[in-house]
Amino acid sequence: MEAMAIEVHNLTKRFGAVQAVQDVSFTVPAGSIFGLLGPNGSGKSTTIRMLCGLLRPTAGSGRVLGLDIISQAEQVKARIGYMSQKFSLYEDLTVFENLRFFGSVYGLTNRELDLRCRELAARMKLEGRENQLVGTLSGGWKQRVALASAFVHQPRLLILDEPTAGVDPVSRRIFWELLNVLIAEGVTILVTTHYMDEAENCHLVALMEGGRLYAFGPPERLMAEEGLPTLEDVFVRMATRGGQPFA
Amino acid sequence: MLRRLLAIIKKEFIQIRRDPPSLVMVFVMPVMMLLFFGYAVNMDVDHIPLAVWDQDQSQFSRLLTENFVQTRYFDLSYRVQSSREVKALLDGGRVRAALVIPPGYARALRRGEIATAQLVVDGSDPLVARTALSMAELTSRYKSQEMRLAVVDAEGVPVPAGPGVDIRARAWYNPGLESTKFNIPGLIGLIMQNITVMLTAFALVRERERGTLEQLMVTPIRGIELMAGKLVPYILIALVDVGLALGIGVFWFKVPVVGSIFLLLGLTFLFLIFALGLGMFFSTIARTQLQAMQMTMLFILPSVLLSGFIFPRASMPLVIQYLGNLIPLTYFLDILRGIMLKGVGIEYLWDDVLPLAVFGVAIITLASWRFRKRVE
Ligand SMILES: Nc1ncnc2c1ncn2[C@@H]1O[C@H](COP(=O)(O)OP(=O)(O)O)[C@@H](O)[C@H]1O
Ligand SMILES: [Mg+2]
Repeated sequence: MEAMAIEVHNLTKRFGAVQAVQDVSFTVPAGSIFGLLGPNGSGKSTTIRMLCGLLRPTAGSGRVLGLDIISQAEQVKARIGYMSQKFSLYEDLTVFENLRFFGSVYGLTNRELDLRCRELAARMKLEGRENQLVGTLSGGWKQRVALASAFVHQPRLLILDEPTAGVDPVSRRIFWELLNVLIAEGVTILVTTHYMDEAENCHLVALMEGGRLYAFGPPERLMAEEGLPTLEDVFVRMATRGGQPFA
Repeated sequence: MLRRLLAIIKKEFIQIRRDPPSLVMVFVMPVMMLLFFGYAVNMDVDHIPLAVWDQDQSQFSRLLTENFVQTRYFDLSYRVQSSREVKALLDGGRVRAALVIPPGYARALRRGEIATAQLVVDGSDPLVARTALSMAELTSRYKSQEMRLAVVDAEGVPVPAGPGVDIRARAWYNPGLESTKFNIPGLIGLIMQNITVMLTAFALVRERERGTLEQLMVTPIRGIELMAGKLVPYILIALVDVGLALGIGVFWFKVPVVGSIFLLLGLTFLFLIFALGLGMFFSTIARTQLQAMQMTMLFILPSVLLSGFIFPRASMPLVIQYLGNLIPLTYFLDILRGIMLKGVGIEYLWDDVLPLAVFGVAIITLASWRFRKRVE
């Protein structure tokens, strides 16, 4: 196991004239939970999509689980679990059908699938709805199915893009409890979020704005450095004064 | 590899099964379209109601009337005595044609002069009018000889020199000139094309529209596996549809398959490859199912008009014929009609098979190339 689950150096992505991500560098040690924060359009999803091999960086480099995100994108895909910002499971399939489908795509055998589905249903609190169409589930349930599906092949790294956006507070709490269990098992998690209370649960946080990374570090350290009581204050200050990009 | 492929195929079938519009499109639409078009596009006009105003009242004028009715293209609906009645019937739409035989008809025939009778046709429906006129012409030309011969027999007068040959026109392959025989193979081709193109185009666009494509792309699945996994179910469905359409054509519309059914199925498969490739290609361009639908529609129109599905290609301007050559359905219709109606073997079909194969390979290549690009 690599000591660093994610390392990126000067990652940059341009879409035509739009500079979506600019010179972003950070490292995430294995086994930690890293929160990427920032307003809409700040480049969080674009950063994530480069890590997953969905987008090719315009410049810069990165390694995920020790694999190069450009030349070894396919191997990266096989080893990580990803939940996209938009709910993207098959709504016309049941919970188990989705899990089985993604499981077989990751190469699980039928026997493994049976075991894994039952195990995940228990772990992700999906019991009782195994054979319900995903489209008929509520937001919180859907997010847990998506998490189960991203975790079906037991990846060592989970990349979650705004997993709790628009989900009720109780479901959010259940979701974070699940994440904490995974962390305790040594899974590394990268999560983007709007919620400051969630950010405070992270070992490491970073603020993005306009495609740049403005702060990076453990929440306690950031608060201490700025002499502010909450993470939210830190970010408000960063955002208003422009700040020095973190390099 | 195989496991991933099977997973996609299985998922695709579950989704089709759960989606009533898909099911309708797969199983109901071909049947409905075939029945609907089979009858509606039936361009045979027969039993045209006819009024006869026989001012001659001779053996010959009665023979002429009889000849018209015998063709079965005309039904003798009214016998009238005045031009006013003729006009009233035509105006009221109660007859579509009126045969007016003038008083000196028999006398003219006996003298070897040109005997004229008049057929008045309601031109408001051009198809009916054209049929009526051409049938009248055929009848009178063909029958005038018989009539002249009858004159010879009766009076012993030598026949005036006329065209010495019997200009009886006889249609091959489709002796009754029934348009169903011509239309059904065409319909089968058209329906196959439309359903296949639409279904495949939708299958991928739906994934993009719902965001599931992104989830698929972070899995180790390869573009080729995804594409093949999407194609296999629709090939199977398309083959079922071919069977359905052929069954209806043969058993309901009684259009025979004179040639080899295996050759027919084999070449249909070739055409399906093209249609699937086209659907795939559309799906790499369209962002929404609506756009995919519009593209399909945009493609259907020229293929209906230019392929010879309705209008015979031979009577089109040359430029339009060349354009028709760019439409694969054109070749497939030739193949279908050739095998079903004429019973020809592959040796007569290479002209159609080769272009079709070229189109198929080209579109599949283009689609996979675009598909891979989109995946990146
Ligand atoms: N595929 C794309 N093409 C063009 N511009 C894009 C694309 N994806 C994202 N962008 C732009 O890049 C910027 C960052 O977007 P994104 O990474 O989605 O931000 P976030 O996830 O933080 O809300 C935005 O200005 C967005 O409009
Ligand atoms: Mg985003």
